[in-house]
Amino acid sequence: METLSSLADGFIIALTWQNLLLALLGCFLGTIIGALPGLGPSNGVAILIPLAFSLGLGPTPALILLTSVYYGAMYGGRISSILLNIPGDEPAMMTCLDGYPMAKAGRAGEALALSGIASFIGSFFATWGLILLAPQLVKIALLFGPAEYFALFTLAFATLGGVSSTNQSKTAIATALGLGLAMVGVDTQTGVPRFTFGEVHLYDGIDFLVAIVGLFALSEVFVFLEHRHGSSDAEGRKMAIGRMMPSWAVLKSCLPTMFRTSFLGFLAGVLPGAGASLGSFISYSMEKKLVDREGTFGKGDPRGVAAPEAGNNAAAGGALVPMLALGVPGSGTTAVLLAVLLALNITPGPLLFSQKPDVVWGLIAALFIANFMLLALNIPMVGIFTRLLLVPPRILMPIVAMVSFVGIYGISGSTFDLYVMVGFGVMGWVLRKLDVPLVPVILGTLLGNAMESNMRRAITIDNGNWWTLIDSPLSASLWALAIIGFVLPMIFGKVMKARMKRMAKDEEGALTD
Amino acid sequence: MSDRIFGIIGLALSIGYAWAAMNIEESFLSDAVGPKAFPLIIAAVLGLASITVILKPDPDPHWPNPVRLLEIAAAVVILLLYSMMLPVVGFVIGTALAGAYLTWRLGSKPLGSVITGATTSVGIYVIFHLILGLSLAKGPLGF
Repeated sequence: METLSSLADGFIIALTWQNLLLALLGCFLGTIIGALPGLGPSNGVAILIPLAFSLGLGPTPALILLTSVYYGAMYGGRISSILLNIPGDEPAMMTCLDGYPMAKAGRAGEALALSGIASFIGSFFATWGLILLAPQLVKIALLFGPAEYFALFTLAFATLGGVSSTNQSKTAIATALGLGLAMVGVDTQTGVPRFTFGEVHLYDGIDFLVAIVGLFALSEVFVFLEHRHGSSDAEGRKMAIGRMMPSWAVLKSCLPTMFRTSFLGFLAGVLPGAGASLGSFISYSMEKKLVDREGTFGKGDPRGVAAPEAGNNAAAGGALVPMLALGVPGSGTTAVLLAVLLALNITPGPLLFSQKPDVVWGLIAALFIANFMLLALNIPMVGIFTRLLLVPPRILMPIVAMVSFVGIYGISGSTFDLYVMVGFGVMGWVLRKLDVPLVPVILGTLLGNAMESNMRRAITIDNGNWWTLIDSPLSASLWALAIIGFVLPMIFGKVMKARMKRMAKDEEGALTD
Repeated sequence: MSDRIFGIIGLALSIGYAWAAMNIEESFLSDAVGPKAFPLIIAAVLGLASITVILKPDPDPHWPNPVRLLEIAAAVVILLLYSMMLPVVGFVIGTALAGAYLTWRLGSKPLGSVITGATTSVGIYVIFHLILGLSLAKGPLGF
């Protein structure tokens, strides 16, 4: 009951003209970002953070704008999967399998509408899941002391590679790079400068926004320069959209699939190390096992479109649970959203729910509103977005680059930050070539200082006893989970990755969600 | 081979990092742990993981040919120049030039690149500066 009244308060906050407009703008931009190949939820939100920040939006409006972009990008990813057979972002990979065959059979409109409805159901249930689960998790998290938090951060990093990780040492390197970067600057507890090499610009530390925009957005520009593939606009033009609404019979046959995969996707989103890509993958393979009796999956079965879309949108909502309740994100895009919160001087975690309920519940209400807006935008107006797909990367990518510069320059007005951003762009490109995940780098820069200060606090409280870190049963079990989560992919990672690859062609060096 | 080189760089980085951490000046007011311990843990993780990569490298990625590599290097130089010149020439001119260069290198025709660059620059200026009021770099001409 208490939850419902908080939610009602949230709706009062979200239902102002300004916030509604921001949500609409976010949904619209998000759908475009998701639909355009090469831009996904994480780099789309990344280039928009500095903008929201330097426009001087308050915490709640800024969050509403950016989470609408996040949800919108999850919706938009399916459009290019279906029409062009190129996933707009990685979670939409599985949607190609049945979406594109449906489009080739002249049922593109039907596939788009159906996947729109599946996305809606997935995120609708996931938002309810968030409402129910997050406060419970907060109750547990309130029992956490500094030692438990330190263990939790370790758990987050250990599982970040995910079950499909093939090389855990590269994940470890990426984490160390991120944490190492976070250490640069004046130490908050003793006031001594660390790793600044006398450079005054570095005393404040490296701004994580600069790192994020460089690693996620600029590196994408370099990837396009390397391949110079500008041909994604060739085929979409010829594709007939066909009728816009699926028949009731088709929709009805898909409904059970959507409900099952929403649940599964939500779980995948909540658990550390899974994320939206895996959510859509498990959803698709489970449905294939469960309902594919005639072997129509992969040949344009509507249920094969509904399953991954409901799954990845539900996972997107589920991923918000640990991010909001614990302050520890489990996926790339939620890491970027964490950056939003930190940039706005909000520390997510259990205290957020009691100290800033307006932010939390305003955000959740905005998610509901955004979801309805997205359904409205995506079913009748999908034609607009399909036309935007025709913008070739050779025009799009310079815009992405220039907007990145505008955002970073807008925050600080410093040329030094721009150099650092270009440096991160190059680093991102090299790391992606070497198959080193970028998300741990980002998460490391974001969480490094919090992780260190929790460790130091725990040990200081216990008079310098390092064993205090694994002393309580709670922290000991978190450590155990972290070790299991780190070691398991070494055994099963190759198998999982191979299976995912066999089912869908893997985009080289795609951002991992 | 690429992975081995990467691992060696990582290892060198971890040694350098540990060395820099050892040289952090301790303040007389310090907690029980001090500012060195956590960086040293990071250096250890980086070092160990790098050694693993050296011992068990992945197959080589597909590196672009030297021409493409040069292409990326040129883009980096242009973007650095852009960052440097931004406060000098102002946002609109700088962005039009940098945008035109990038779209040209991504495969637009010369005339098209000039138009795309100019439109991108003016478009961003109108949306972000005139409508949204974001402060952009001012050049000698006031924009």
